[in-house]
Amino acid sequence: MNRFLIPLGAFVLLAIVLAVGLKHSPEKGIIASPLIGKPAPAFTTTLLNDTNAKFDSGQFKGRWTLFNVWGTWCFECRNEHQALLDIAKRKEVRVVGLDWKDEDPTATQWLQDLGNPFDVIATDHDGRIAVDWGVYGAPETFLINPQGVIVHKYVGALTMEAWEREFLPRINAKS
Amino acid sequence: MTRYFVTSILVCLLAASPVSYAVDTTQMPTPELQKRYLGLTHELRCMQCQNEAIADSPVSLAADLRRQVAEMLNAGKSDDDVRNYMVARYGNFILFRPPVSAKTIWVWATPGILLLIGAAVAVRITKQRAALVDQDNEPVEEDIRSS
Repeated sequence: MNRFLIPLGAFVLLAIVLAVGLKHSPEKGIIASPLIGKPAPAFTTTLLNDTNAKFDSGQFKGRWTLFNVWGTWCFECRNEHQALLDIAKRKEVRVVGLDWKDEDPTATQWLQDLGNPFDVIATDHDGRIAVDWGVYGAPETFLINPQGVIVHKYVGALTMEAWEREFLPRINAKS
Repeated sequence: MTRYFVTSILVCLLAASPVSYAVDTTQMPTPELQKRYLGLTHELRCMQCQNEAIADSPVSLAADLRRQVAEMLNAGKSDDDVRNYMVARYGNFILFRPPVSAKTIWVWATPGILLLIGAAVAVRITKQRAALVDQDNEPVEEDIRSS
């Protein structure tokens, strides 16, 4: 009896280690952001197609904001676009876009073709804002509360199911 | 003619040397900064490709992170400043060598624990065998099985 106990124990231990490893595997693409619960990183940048107008991260304050990082080179962004349009239509939050490492004319054409869900579109031509926000792959979407604090981050193409499951409860709980 | 031929072959070989394939051609102003830059870019993970260091990755995010490292070093920041900056934004996952903390201690402790278990097993088997030597000439496995 005793001689089976040790291998069995070793097996259970190994199984636990592997299960934990699988559960936390970054292969699923979800790497928890350390920025959750922190104030939105500060930046000031120009708006899409308007180098005179600025967007400042201070403008996040005052109401709930969905901050969506996208680019026309990003395949998944095309897949999530309809969800963004639908969310914008519901008017529950302000939708701010960050056009990441993109060309203004290409981005404008994309919005003309697919529709524009954004209230404001800030630009990040050289990718510095994205680095400061810990962005590693578009699309990424941050939920920012009226105090300007990041409440949630969603990686990958947004869907209405994700919106109702992960975003709405947070907005309703805290507003 | 021959000399021209040999020279052109040499030029081709030189052009094909690994240096020309380097993803990162950044030159820091001093050798000391260059050394620290190379060290840091090799220990930070490219978050997009995940199993490559930002030093080796051709994706644009890795280039942006390398630029960030270079700028911070040029501004006189320490290696730890750079690491902390990256961890504050991307989490411990960006470090190939995670820091020792309550949450990660098992990563560091497990190999040691396994080594101790292995050593204990080895000592036990050796002792058992040593105890048997004087008593009989039967194969050791037989004795262990019957004990």
